[in-house]
Amino acid sequence: MATARRIRRDIVRMVGAAGSGHPGGSLSAVEIMTALYFKVMRLDPERPDWPERDRFVLSKGHAAPVLYAALAERGFFAVDKLDTLRRLGSPLQGHPDRKSLPGVEVSTGSLGHGLAVANGMALAGRLDGRDYHVYVLLGDGELEEGMVWEGAMAAAHYHLDNLTAIVDHNHLQIDGRVEEVMSPEPVADKFRAFGWEVMTIDGHDFGQILDALERAREVKGKPTVIIAETIKGKGVSFMENQAGWHGKAPKPEEVEKALAELA
Amino acid sequence: MTKIATREAYGKALVELGRQNSQVVVLDADLSKSTMTRYFAQEFPERFFNMGIAEQSLMATAAGLGLSGKIPFASTFAVFATGRAYDQVRNGIAYPKVNVKIAATHAGLTVGEDGASHQAVEDVTLMRAIPNMTVIVPADGEETRQAVFAAAAYQGPVYIRLGRPAVPVIYNEDYRFQIGRAHTLRRGKDAAIIACGVMVHEALRAAEELAAAGLEVMVVNMSTIKPLDREAVLAAAATGAVVTAEEHTVIGGLGSAVAEVLATERPVPLAMVGIRDTFGESGKPDELMAKYGLTARDIVAAVKRLKGKKD
Repeated sequence: MATARRIRRDIVRMVGAAGSGHPGGSLSAVEIMTALYFKVMRLDPERPDWPERDRFVLSKGHAAPVLYAALAERGFFAVDKLDTLRRLGSPLQGHPDRKSLPGVEVSTGSLGHGLAVANGMALAGRLDGRDYHVYVLLGDGELEEGMVWEGAMAAAHYHLDNLTAIVDHNHLQIDGRVEEVMSPEPVADKFRAFGWEVMTIDGHDFGQILDALERAREVKGKPTVIIAETIKGKGVSFMENQAGWHGKAPKPEEVEKALAELA
Repeated sequence: MTKIATREAYGKALVELGRQNSQVVVLDADLSKSTMTRYFAQEFPERFFNMGIAEQSLMATAAGLGLSGKIPFASTFAVFATGRAYDQVRNGIAYPKVNVKIAATHAGLTVGEDGASHQAVEDVTLMRAIPNMTVIVPADGEETRQAVFAAAAYQGPVYIRLGRPAVPVIYNEDYRFQIGRAHTLRRGKDAAIIACGVMVHEALRAAEELAAAGLEVMVVNMSTIKPLDREAVLAAAATGAVVTAEEHTVIGGLGSAVAEVLATERPVPLAMVGIRDTFGESGKPDELMAKYGLTARDIVAAVKRLKGKKD
């Protein structure tokens, strides 16, 4: 809980310092990322290329701040580096760049790619006889990209039980409510129809997240998707459920107000 | 004359490569019988992934395999590899410099009867424009075989452009292909033809014909379009007149690449033989090559026009 709060504070601070970025969809994924990076994933910050590590793919690449905060808090790099977000020469690019920053597995930013890339990693793990697990975080608006469903089809076809997708189902995208812009619903039924094991949870409840992630590793013969019901902008009262905070940085006084709420 | 399709040579080279290197994996998008990856699939079923009719998934999955230490060869028709999956190639493979080899078959007008929708005439332009991408257009079967091995040994994204029909053999096993190195097939002082792919054979024929007319013309096989062999271009420029020849639009392809070097380093008269900002149509490959100005005769005419201007 304390870690999640620190990550929320990091997100608000770094996006505020950058003057641009995506706070809303970063804050909605904080508990998911905290669970993965602090409880579930097998990794070693000293060895970001350790072959046995679990892999994480941030398919919704604009949520880079939550990934950077999780990596920093987990010890991949110094937390004070977060303040260089989006600055010229910084390894903390506007969207994750694996060449710049250790711990970033896949360069993302163009939506819809992550699941298929994760499929490739899962196939490679199987070929090499390694037991690492691949996690991919998708946005619900991102599900509008047809390529997601190409990936969903392939993951089931190849029985990738070493892969778990998590949908950050916060119901908002840039132009408004996901259901109004272009509804991907019913998301659970769609994944089920593609041959996936499907779980739906409260994406801000650690107990449910950890339980779902544990159960996902026990599913055999098919991939698992965890649909995490979340609130965009979670934790900052004036950002919660506001599409406007998808890609807008808080002004200094708003940063102060948010940090006070997250104290 | 012995002929072999570059896609056929590719398929056979993959098997040879697969035997030597267990990290090689091959992906296809339901075209393995046409791209010839079926040979690899037959011998190494566990290392072959058919992604179905889903080129975006094909490229991104190849990226995931490349990020995990594999050497993926992702194959489909050139028009889909570069057009349908452009974003996946750009953002998923080239930007992060993932070790993926894109082997695109059925490029250019020589696809033939399938017509414009299947004739990639702008794929080299698209791939050449992407940072980090290496672009290779082999001229024949042997060069294709060696290019496949060179691509596997090279760390980073590579685009290999291959064709559908059988093309004349130019090289034997003594040839040594190197990425980024052009090969001079014929020396000459009066003009130079820089060609790639199927047009290399046409260039050689053109040079024979020009020799009969008293012109000694250099013929250069520029099989790597990027990085371009600048030294070879400058050597060609030393003849005083350069003609480029490609089975591709003249906008942004080999001709443009050569023009970029000439214009900035050694301006000499230049003519480009290639497709003139148009889509193709259905027809037999040789009929299309003739109609769209891609024959030895067109190269001869271009050289003569240039010489006329120069003298």
